[in-house]
Amino acid sequence: MDADVIIIGAGVVGAALAYGIAKAGRTVVVLDGGDRDLRAARANFGLVWVQGKGSDAPAYSLLTRQSSELWPDFRNELANRSPLALDYSRPGGLAFCLSETEYENRAAINERTHNQGAEADTVMVERAELERMLPALTLGPDVVGASYCKLDGHVNPLQLLASLHHAIPSMGGKIMFRNPVEKIVPVEGGFNVIAAKGPLQAPRVIVAAGLATPTLTEPLGLSVPLRSERGQILVTERLAPILPYPGSGLRQSADGTIMIGATNENEADTGVTVSSATQLARRAMRIVPALGSARLVRQWAGMRVLPLDKTPIYAESLDYPGLFAVACHSGVTLAAAHAAMIAPAMANGHLPDQFAPFSNGRFNVQKCA
Amino acid sequence: MIHDVVVIGAGPAGMSAAVHLRKFGASVLVVDEQPAPGGQIWRGIERNASGAIAAALGADYEKGRALTAAFRASGAEYSPSTQVWQIEDEWTLFLTSEGKARRVRARAVLLSNGAQERPVPFAGWTLPGVMTVGAAQILLKSGGMLPQGNVWIAGAGPLPLLYATQVLGLKGQISGFLDTSKGLNLGALAKLPAAWRDLPSLAKGFKWQRELRRSGNLIRGISDLRAEGDGRLQQLEWTAGGVRRKAKADVLLVHEGVVPRIHETLALGCDHDWNSTQNYFAARSNRWGETSRRGLFVAGDASGIGGWTAATVSGEIAALGLAGHLGIQIDIEALRRESQLDGRRSRALALRPFLDAFYTPPNTSIADDVVVCRCEEVTAGTIRKVARTSASDPNAIKAATRCGMGPCQGRQCGYTVQAILAEVHNLPVGDVSFFNIRPPLKPVTLGEIASLGELENAE
Amino acid sequence: MFRSVLEGPAAQADMTVLVNGAETPAWDGETVAGVLLRVPGAGRTSAVSGEPRLPYCQMGVCFDCLAIVDGVASTQGCMVPVKPGMRIESQQGPREIGR
Repeated sequence: MDADVIIIGAGVVGAALAYGIAKAGRTVVVLDGGDRDLRAARANFGLVWVQGKGSDAPAYSLLTRQSSELWPDFRNELANRSPLALDYSRPGGLAFCLSETEYENRAAINERTHNQGAEADTVMVERAELERMLPALTLGPDVVGASYCKLDGHVNPLQLLASLHHAIPSMGGKIMFRNPVEKIVPVEGGFNVIAAKGPLQAPRVIVAAGLATPTLTEPLGLSVPLRSERGQILVTERLAPILPYPGSGLRQSADGTIMIGATNENEADTGVTVSSATQLARRAMRIVPALGSARLVRQWAGMRVLPLDKTPIYAESLDYPGLFAVACHSGVTLAAAHAAMIAPAMANGHLPDQFAPFSNGRFNVQKCA
Repeated sequence: MIHDVVVIGAGPAGMSAAVHLRKFGASVLVVDEQPAPGGQIWRGIERNASGAIAAALGADYEKGRALTAAFRASGAEYSPSTQVWQIEDEWTLFLTSEGKARRVRARAVLLSNGAQERPVPFAGWTLPGVMTVGAAQILLKSGGMLPQGNVWIAGAGPLPLLYATQVLGLKGQISGFLDTSKGLNLGALAKLPAAWRDLPSLAKGFKWQRELRRSGNLIRGISDLRAEGDGRLQQLEWTAGGVRRKAKADVLLVHEGVVPRIHETLALGCDHDWNSTQNYFAARSNRWGETSRRGLFVAGDASGIGGWTAATVSGEIAALGLAGHLGIQIDIEALRRESQLDGRRSRALALRPFLDAFYTPPNTSIADDVVVCRCEEVTAGTIRKVARTSASDPNAIKAATRCGMGPCQGRQCGYTVQAILAEVHNLPVGDVSFFNIRPPLKPVTLGEIASLGELENAE
Repeated sequence: MFRSVLEGPAAQADMTVLVNGAETPAWDGETVAGVLLRVPGAGRTSAVSGEPRLPYCQMGVCFDCLAIVDGVASTQGCMVPVKPGMRIESQQGPREIGR
């Protein structure tokens, strides 16, 4: 056996799991794919976001909150293990509402989430109070208000990934880049993972390969129903600080750049379009008209990893014990929970009942052995 | 309306292509980020018609006059002070000028936007007062500006020699020329037989060197250049002949050759080849200048460094290729033969193998404290540290350090990141790629983007 | 750091521009980036570290010539020929976008 656990995928999900496993004292090897792989971990917005999550799925709403509470310590530990910067803050977050209808819809979502027993940590903020929260900028006339959740935060997602990649080897783990996996073969005592640079064996394998996960797990009867959706994001030049709270489509990074996102498109590639840039720029300028003079430096696209009901999948194979799959849309927000809660459970070989709502059994599509 | 061809760049290649395309009856729009035609080599040529500046700029500069006049008379539509910030299939080009964005459509596109100086980081290169020789030449051509005080040139290549003699011709002063080239070597000499076909250029080069040696300090074989000062350049240090030397300096002009501008072809997903003699990527193109994307052509230095004469021929060839692509009823093979384009191109490139072998790109390792990414101020040391725990993929470095995320989009740091990755991972430099390039190709404002209306379907 | 060969007791400037509020002679064909090199203290300071920068390439590929030109920030000075009365201001640190 080459390690206690092999993780396929060194994105923010795989790397956070690997970190948690290494921290739990187990040996772990993480296999990352090719340079041209989709890599949602390098293309996302960086929100560590609670509001609106799981408004129809109480277990997801709870897990999100738990992760949000774990995040500050997760960040500090990671920052201490690496010489790299890791910008993170949790000032609370805003979902801007640009019409009365948007405001009412937002309020309704919050109601639904609260009715599931969650504390009222999200409140609706009317325009006048929003203006007081944002003294350095002038809001556009369409801004009616926002929903504000004191638990929301944001992180530099690229620094997060780099910090995890730095920490894992420093804790005895190993990351192998440019080592795509062709297939997983069950063997006596575990699995033989057939990777480009040679086969590796371990008693436990976690597949956290984003949209490529089903190709690896379906042949072993572990169904992970996913679809993808393209999101384009804009980033501006560095600006003097004006936006102290991250917003769901607008945030200012610690470097001063403003990120604007994201589209929801049914496209199969990570190309970008001017028409999306126009759409995104217009919405940003409706929120803060002065952004019209800011210069766009870059536009990119990522492919969201979307379980069909939008809540995470933590799946455990019944036919082949020790094989797990993890797929979710909120890999950044859940990174802390992945490291602290999911990883140790998977290392022990079994997901406890609290994660039953996230099993893939809920899709009723598990194949027979 | 849909133009037959949009030509990007109005230097020798772009103007030549436009003139010939117009002869074939194609509708042509030339988009130029400069305010007047001429590219870099003939910058300001219409304005510098006579006088001390024109005289100092020399014979090569004069050669641009006829082509520029022909371009003006050709009937090509010309949009100066206009930048291209995105190109979409097939083909919509997004432009910006005077703070307004607009889109144009074309059946084919010619990229003839030339070259830029090879960025070579060294200690202190971001200090005010340090700039490229090309920059100094542009200042001379657009306003007749000369550097003042203790002016030093450091580098290698024909351009610094030419500039130095232009300055001396205008009674400017150069305190010293620090030559980083490695001197004549066997490899270079072996290329000479072909170069004898281009005696005029060779003679010109030797003349520049003689003039320089006559006038001031020409110091050979220098290394470990450092620029120092408090908030601006104040002194230089270098090693020559094993001895460390210092000098006061107010201006330092640097040059280590030129490389094609590739951001557009990279953003459009064209195939590129690595030129391992001169360490640059260039879009792969066929004998008509067409890249791996149909209807997208390259010509001139943008397709591979060859100098202005080769660029004008390259533009003429591309015009034929474009005519073929557009279905214009001319016999492009016959015209290529009749105009002796391949012969003229070979002659124009005759000296190139010698120059490439003589002026090899520098390959000394960059010290950890040297800034590699000027925009984001990322040092070589930071890049090396991250390179050790990542794949040899420049995009991983970019993601982890912000190197390449500033407004220049890797134009000043991309090749250096590639070299450092090759060094850390023990790979040939050409096996490491360049950054992924995404639009906008130039930083356009959100307001301009927001103002773009829906694409009209009418023509 | 740079002076025009056309400058001198006999040669008149072609126009006047304003650099950080001060009237400054300028010549036809010059760009804002040329002016930044001629006038002390006109250059930008970095948005990352605050260190001073002056134009490096003069051809649009280095972005060290950013200035506020006629009120428009982050303008590449080397792309803008000077015009009479043009207002040029130094861009200090990360730019402001105003209200």
